[in-house]
Amino acid sequence: MARILTSVVLGVALIATAGCTKKRPETVLPPGDGPTSTTGDTGSGDADTSPLNEQFKREVTSDTIHFAFDQYDIDPEARSILDSQARWLIAHPNTRITIEGHCDERGTREYNLALGDRRANAAKNYLAARGVSPARITTISYGKERPVALGSDERSWALNRRAVTIVIN
Amino acid sequence: MMRRYLAIATAAVFMVTAGPALAQTPVPTPTPTGQDGDDEPITDLEGGRESALPIIIPVMPTNQVAGTPAGSTDALGRQLAAIIDDDLRNTGLFKTVGPNAARPIAYSEVNAPDYESWGAYSSQALVQGYVRANPNGTLTIGCYVYDVAARRQLIREGWEVQPSEWRRAAHKCADVIYTRLTGDGPYFDSQVVYISETGPKNRRIKRLAIMDQDGANHRFLTNGQRIVLTPRFSPDQRSIVYMGYENRRPAIYVYDMSARTSRLLVQEVNLNFAPRFSPDGRWILFSMATAGNTDLYRVSAGGGAPVRLTNSPGIDTGGSYSPDGSKIVFESDRGGTQQLYVMDANGGNQHRISFGGGRYATPNWSPRGDLIAFTRTGGGSFRIGVMNPSGGGENLLTESWGDEGPSWAPNGRVLMFFRAASGSGRPDLWSVDLSGHSRKIPTPLDGSDPSWGPIRP
Repeated sequence: MARILTSVVLGVALIATAGCTKKRPETVLPPGDGPTSTTGDTGSGDADTSPLNEQFKREVTSDTIHFAFDQYDIDPEARSILDSQARWLIAHPNTRITIEGHCDERGTREYNLALGDRRANAAKNYLAARGVSPARITTISYGKERPVALGSDERSWALNRRAVTIVIN
Repeated sequence: MMRRYLAIATAAVFMVTAGPALAQTPVPTPTPTGQDGDDEPITDLEGGRESALPIIIPVMPTNQVAGTPAGSTDALGRQLAAIIDDDLRNTGLFKTVGPNAARPIAYSEVNAPDYESWGAYSSQALVQGYVRANPNGTLTIGCYVYDVAARRQLIREGWEVQPSEWRRAAHKCADVIYTRLTGDGPYFDSQVVYISETGPKNRRIKRLAIMDQDGANHRFLTNGQRIVLTPRFSPDQRSIVYMGYENRRPAIYVYDMSARTSRLLVQEVNLNFAPRFSPDGRWILFSMATAGNTDLYRVSAGGGAPVRLTNSPGIDTGGSYSPDGSKIVFESDRGGTQQLYVMDANGGNQHRISFGGGRYATPNWSPRGDLIAFTRTGGGSFRIGVMNPSGGGENLLTESWGDEGPSWAPNGRVLMFFRAASGSGRPDLWSVDLSGHSRKIPTPLDGSDPSWGPIRP
């Protein structure tokens, strides 16, 4: 049943995909060079902690939804959180968001990258179905690379299986 | 790089090629062998430690103590023997009497083993090498191996190396011994690229690092300012393909070993990951996720437009070519959970090969072609196992909380993988032989995602 919901909203995302394709600058990296990360909280830690994002976090039910083990369906609790995010985003039409997908440590690395992508896209599709333009939403998966809970126990894993919405200017 | 002078166990070939290389070494009197199945392993070493082959490795003497950039030749003789001792003992297939336990030998003995005296060690094989500093600044390292019981020479090799590459001569010697005595291919003179990790669990700092297979000559290739994952060698070892996060975008990069720079491989902005070279180095297989669906693609190693190989709903990832390039093994959850599938290299004839309980992931096709290594998860453990390409003969080699990501040694008999600890999540590198003998690989920091390169050119 969960999968059915996801594939229904998938259609919305597919239509919009062309619109959110960004031209990627060609990069030649010096060894290991890249932006130095700043500390975030629930997200990857690579996220901006901009005033706008702080405002978003204060004004929505939560910036984070959670998932069951190896699942990516949006459960009722996640729905109500995403509904509050959708209302905020519709009220702030000039904002853009990134949704980060994350996994617990009990999956293999590459599979978890794909699973995190599924989770971020499930959240994106839900917001799109609630009227947020998909062109405003980018997704990124961190797989199991950026847990928020540090234990190796059911409670930590449940906290780490998440999708985090971050408002960017 | 390294000049190989003698690649021989037979007398006839030795006579032809010996002259220039070893003219100043003690004059050998090779025993004619080679008519009695000389190229066969002299003992059956299958089964690991229980039937380990005893072998004596005394300090390698020098004709004259001389200082070199790698240290004095007498110190080198001890270190070379110690490396050979480590290489062989760590396989679990040899019981070594190393340079600290074996009596020292004189330079004049190298060619004329005192078989009588070695009888007391009840050992089957004896390694008598030597070190010589050459006037041109190079080192010559000899590697002579004798069958103590049969009183005959099994191996007669020598290498001239730059002092900076002295360790390679020890690995070459160990490789020749291993190959001759086990019948399996060499793997000691090889390198491993992997992810060096440090820092707290929620903010791991990950760096691309390279080292010899035994952990020596370690160096970092990236500085840790961005997440890097899953590096894999190109077959010619001139480049490494890996996944990295740059400007909050996960993408696939190719690191050039000589230029020491990375270039973006796939221009598409989707999530691209799980890259691996084809055996001929022309292609890179990878996974691309679009709108939550992940499929396998291949792209020219030079870049360009990706070609899609799978299109099933679900996660298709972890692609790995067969050594002849004709087939691909990958994992897919199209049937509900992660299982292994094999298809033709063009994407045709996709069929499932794993049917056991739990999940099967991270398949890796052996360079020998006969086995596929994988991670099997379930019941609270992550295990490394192998099966044949049609799915039969499954053999689980390890069991722990977090074993993942096997990569084959060049001989297709040994695997390296990483083992994460419950709680801290901190991973270490381990190797395991098909016999089940496993050991931790020393790294300066934590280590994950190992990729074992081919035998060095």
